[in-house]
Amino acid sequence: MNDTHSVGENGHLKVRITHKAFTAASGERFDVLRDICFDLGRSEVGALVGPSGCGKTTILRIIAGLDIDFNGTITSPLSGRLGMVFQEPRLLPWRTVNDNVRLVAPSIAPEMLASLFQVLDLEAHCLHYPSELSVGLARRVALARALAIDPALLLLDEPLVSLDDALAERLLAQLATLIETRPITTLLVTHDLQEAVRLADRIFLLSARPAQIVAEIPLATPRSTRSEQEITKIVDEISNRISSHW
Amino acid sequence: MVRLISLTLFLAIWWLASLFAGPQMLPGPVKVLTAIAVQAQSGDLFFQLGVTLARVLAAFTIAMIAGTAIGLLMGRVKIADRIGDPWLIVLLNLPALVIIVLAFIWGGLTEIAGVLAVAINKLPNTVVAVREGARALDTSLDEMARVFAVPRGKFFWHVVLPQLAPYLVAAGRSGLSLVWKIVLIVELLGRSNGIGFQIGVAFQLFDVTLILAYALAFVTVILIIETAVVQPIERHAFRWRKRAP
Repeated sequence: MNDTHSVGENGHLKVRITHKAFTAASGERFDVLRDICFDLGRSEVGALVGPSGCGKTTILRIIAGLDIDFNGTITSPLSGRLGMVFQEPRLLPWRTVNDNVRLVAPSIAPEMLASLFQVLDLEAHCLHYPSELSVGLARRVALARALAIDPALLLLDEPLVSLDDALAERLLAQLATLIETRPITTLLVTHDLQEAVRLADRIFLLSARPAQIVAEIPLATPRSTRSEQEITKIVDEISNRISSHW
Repeated sequence: MVRLISLTLFLAIWWLASLFAGPQMLPGPVKVLTAIAVQAQSGDLFFQLGVTLARVLAAFTIAMIAGTAIGLLMGRVKIADRIGDPWLIVLLNLPALVIIVLAFIWGGLTEIAGVLAVAINKLPNTVVAVREGARALDTSLDEMARVFAVPRGKFFWHVVLPQLAPYLVAAGRSGLSLVWKIVLIVELLGRSNGIGFQIGVAFQLFDVTLILAYALAFVTVILIIETAVVQPIERHAFRWRKRAP
């Protein structure tokens, strides 16, 4: 078993997962990932797109160091500064929004925190407890928490899932702004092509289980200048390509 | 209001029962309250209450802290659970009287032996409650703390302890009443002061009034602790639940 996690230079993320298997409760082993190899340059945004249940979250967990039972190596940008947004917000119910963020980022400057809350429209909710927040708000708090530590690497697990369209649209715009203004290497996991095309510099298409990368699609136009038609066109193009794989 | 009616009803039944049983077997409320006042005036009541209360608090604190540590260990580490479980079952089923008598034989009729005997009696209950809490700890929050590299001390204080709070409150509640009952036995058997000792003396004199007076006085003290200390702590610890919609 080769599960090395090492520290790379200059915000570069290098993923080399040769094999990952799970053991089911019945004792039988089945393959989840095979030859997941890709690179992300400093402050590049990558998107892993694949059908539900193909093992996307498993890839993120391996990169985050939460799952060390795999074959391969991960070289992550700068140790320690990892920000992650899980699929569920995973906030402490007994701490306010403010305290939840401060728990992981005790040394954040007050004006930094204030501007983060402002961009994410959380100012009014600083002193609320998570049980008083809607799903969308809680998701934003989780995002604020991940960004508050000033991460070198940001992992986002389906950040817009289970939000209604209008809300997803708004959070998508906020996310784009935040990523744009910071030099953070970001890896996004989603099953929604639209979302990937709007946010990413580079898209990795995954096959169904056991997941393999079937295509790597670099997006030439910078995120901020992509027009609606262009996005729709790219999405259509990719959907045609993947219909045979999913 | 309901509580007041319920209390009045209790006093009425007590008074009626005392009329039937006669003042020798069951003195009425007025007689017992007068006895309390007399004991209070001499200062004896407060001294005995204080001594017993100090023993209760010492034993309670030791049992809660040690029990929490052991319970966490057993709830989180499988091998610790397998080693500790048979011991726990033995301790749970050992009669309080046996532990007390052995403690006095081995440790002499000392304060330390007495307090430790009470603490050991309470310990297994705390361990069982906290172990249950430790088993129910949310792994998703665990992972969150690991990803964000939350330091150990902070992790315990902000992530683990709030999850254990309901179990600790339950253990504390039942613990306080259990501990004071056992303290009385310890005092009866091996101490020369405290409520338990006084009740022993009253028993030899067949003085039911004095027995009831001391018992009632101490129950009142526990009631005050419950409303003035335990409940405010509970409200503070669970304040985040209150505001939930």
